[in-house]
Amino acid sequence: MSDQTNKSSFTSFMSSGQPWVWMNAGAVAVSMIMVAGLLFLIAVRGLGHFWPKTVYEIEYDNGTNVVQIVGERVETEEVPRKRIVESGIRVDSDKDLIERSLIKVGIREVLGVDFMLTVAPNERSVRVPEDVIVLERTQWGNFYGYLTDVKEVGKTVDVADADLWSELEHRLHRVTELRERIEHIEKNKIGSINFQLEKLRLKRRGLELKGITDQGSYDLLSTEQDMYTRDYEVLKEELDELYRDITRDSITARVMTGDEVEIKLANVVKAYQPNAMTLAAKIVFYIKTFWGFISNDPREANTEGGIFPAIFGTVIMVLLMSIIVTPFGVIAAIYLREYARQGLITRLVRISVNNLAGVPSIVYGVFGLGFFVYVVGGSIDELFYREALPSPTFGSGGVLWASLTLALLTVPVVIVATEEGLARIPRSVREGSLALGATKAETLWRTVLPMASPAMMTGLILAVARAAGEVAPLMLVGAVKLAPSLPVDMNAPFIHLERKFMHLGFHIYDVGFQSPNVEAARPLVYATALILVAVIVVLNLSAIYIRNHLREKYRSLEQH
Amino acid sequence: MAAPQISQDVLLNLASLDLEKEQTCFECRDFGLHYGNNQALRGIDMVIPEKRVTAFIGPSGCGKSTLLRCMNRMNDLIDTVRLEGEMLLHGKDINSKLVNVAELRRQVGMVFQKPNPFPKTVYENVAYGLRLQGVNKKRVLDERVEWALKGAALWDEVKNRLQDNALGLSGGQQQRLVIARAIAIEPEVILLDEPASALDPISTLKIEELIIQLKQNYTVVIVTHNMQQAARVSDYTAFLYLGELIEFGATDQLFTNPVQKQTEDYITGRYG
Repeated sequence: MSDQTNKSSFTSFMSSGQPWVWMNAGAVAVSMIMVAGLLFLIAVRGLGHFWPKTVYEIEYDNGTNVVQIVGERVETEEVPRKRIVESGIRVDSDKDLIERSLIKVGIREVLGVDFMLTVAPNERSVRVPEDVIVLERTQWGNFYGYLTDVKEVGKTVDVADADLWSELEHRLHRVTELRERIEHIEKNKIGSINFQLEKLRLKRRGLELKGITDQGSYDLLSTEQDMYTRDYEVLKEELDELYRDITRDSITARVMTGDEVEIKLANVVKAYQPNAMTLAAKIVFYIKTFWGFISNDPREANTEGGIFPAIFGTVIMVLLMSIIVTPFGVIAAIYLREYARQGLITRLVRISVNNLAGVPSIVYGVFGLGFFVYVVGGSIDELFYREALPSPTFGSGGVLWASLTLALLTVPVVIVATEEGLARIPRSVREGSLALGATKAETLWRTVLPMASPAMMTGLILAVARAAGEVAPLMLVGAVKLAPSLPVDMNAPFIHLERKFMHLGFHIYDVGFQSPNVEAARPLVYATALILVAVIVVLNLSAIYIRNHLREKYRSLEQH
Repeated sequence: MAAPQISQDVLLNLASLDLEKEQTCFECRDFGLHYGNNQALRGIDMVIPEKRVTAFIGPSGCGKSTLLRCMNRMNDLIDTVRLEGEMLLHGKDINSKLVNVAELRRQVGMVFQKPNPFPKTVYENVAYGLRLQGVNKKRVLDERVEWALKGAALWDEVKNRLQDNALGLSGGQQQRLVIARAIAIEPEVILLDEPASALDPISTLKIEELIIQLKQNYTVVIVTHNMQQAARVSDYTAFLYLGELIEFGATDQLFTNPVQKQTEDYITGRYG
């Protein structure tokens, strides 16, 4: 009897719909947790990287003798004792789980490694020295050590030990200014002269190819060339002087092995004393470092420095893709929905379009390489850039071909979304327009398309979300590890569609798996991933903002 | 709103209506229409007089809206439609290949059952048809918009809201706006497809007053479900049943003294 009541209460519980609600809510919750967890992990791993970490000085017994280790504790984990002993390390403890730390020691030029492993029981003493300095350098990775001297043109500057640090900061400030000036001259001024000289070379080659023998035109080019060369000489002199200035100062510092090392300030990007910093100073440092990460060029095979070119490349590529894909997809959708006779063929076309969205992206990459780069690009070179051959202009990967390939990849999304938008425009509105003597084209243009524009934006949002995260096809059609110049700069014609570009997605792959120092670069992988997500979010939010604006404007759909 | 001024002339005309004496606007000759295999209209012969209000009445599905939509070729939009017979406007077949449909619709305007203003400003709604014709001078547009809105008895209500979205107007105002939009391009004929069926009684009254006023300048053809409305506004009434024209004549006559049994049954409410 009681069994029966139980059963019926269970049945009534099932039929009440409660389990269904719980299941749905559970699915939503799980999805939310997954997304939030993903973002949280990336954010913690990536953003922590820029925080100035405490530097420890550890007296460490490595089994044969006691050494000093100076560095940041990157990671600590518990490892079974057996495993450590088996790897040939003596452990001064009989506990089953041993704490093992990964210490970043920098000074690759002295030690040959960036990281060391320590086990906790063998750490004889751990100190947090206030006066330890960290230098971020343009080569050999970070430097950890103790400042001993500041030198000018090889001679020790006479300052009290207490003032050494401020003397270093002061001189580093000067060096940073000099470096900025050098960079400006090298990148902008000399870069633009090189650009012009290359143009002249191509012009000359063009004249030769045309078989023009008239000496006058060559002379004209030569005069211009001389002018640029003279400009270059002037800049070269200025540059030489700056280089002399920047190499003036150096410091010596004692490292963990006890050796004294001399470091040219010209190679130092940043110097700080993490153990002496207050919280406020750390926050300021953090913000500055993070900004540097976003706004600077990468250094040392992308494992140091910033990711600005990758952010820029990603944004430019996505914008270019949007400009290409929107009209293309919208026009196709208009034809399919408004003009094509609805029948078997239209249905087949529609099915094909939908299936195109499912083709693996690398296939698009192969197509882009084979068709856009080799066939179209090759022909463009043949027709318009003969003077540059055999080096390709459009005949190799570039931002234009990458955008076109991604446009191809995302056009189905735009078509489907636009078609749905067009289908949702009420017939009464079309009839109203036609009844006023508008032709079908006028009706489309003046009424239907504006009303369908929010749907087009939806398509574009989906397209952007897909395109910005795509990496595989880009590797074939123009994304590179390190691009010498941005696809947009101050040299006419300002937008250089043939140039190769850097991309955040590819950058993540490159830094994480192709760099010489994977362990050191790992936090950068997370940080870059976070920036990629942020870039996509920003792009999407701006598209959503535009869409909402349009919806507000044409909100009749909700009324009908 | 001020009551529309009905000229003495119009009132006099109401008394003595005779189809024989009217000028012809539309003429149907053995006109028929098929939706695929389904014949919706058959053998319709009638003459729609100029500068009069002609009402089509009949039960749902009798083909009155279909017939109305044939007058400015709105049925072109439906792929499966096939026509037979002739529909003449001033003696010319409007379904001939030589006729420019857009041109025809400029001559024969239409107002639909549900108000369908564009999601634009009040001003732009009225100016839509004018802009289509290439009228873009601000002064001309201003003038015509005001004129059309006055003609649709809407000016006083919207003159301060011309730049507001038309979708913010009430249903009755929207329907008058749509009428204003139609008359702004000065058509000869205005087709009204149950223009008041979605409106409240007061808005309906305003629309009816407007229709009576419109016939001074336009030929008006109205489809209505509501027989009282037909009796109130129209000069002539056609009764359609199952795709056929059962009876057509002066409204007074048709409502007071119908010739056909079916008409009598319908207007006395025996079916419909």
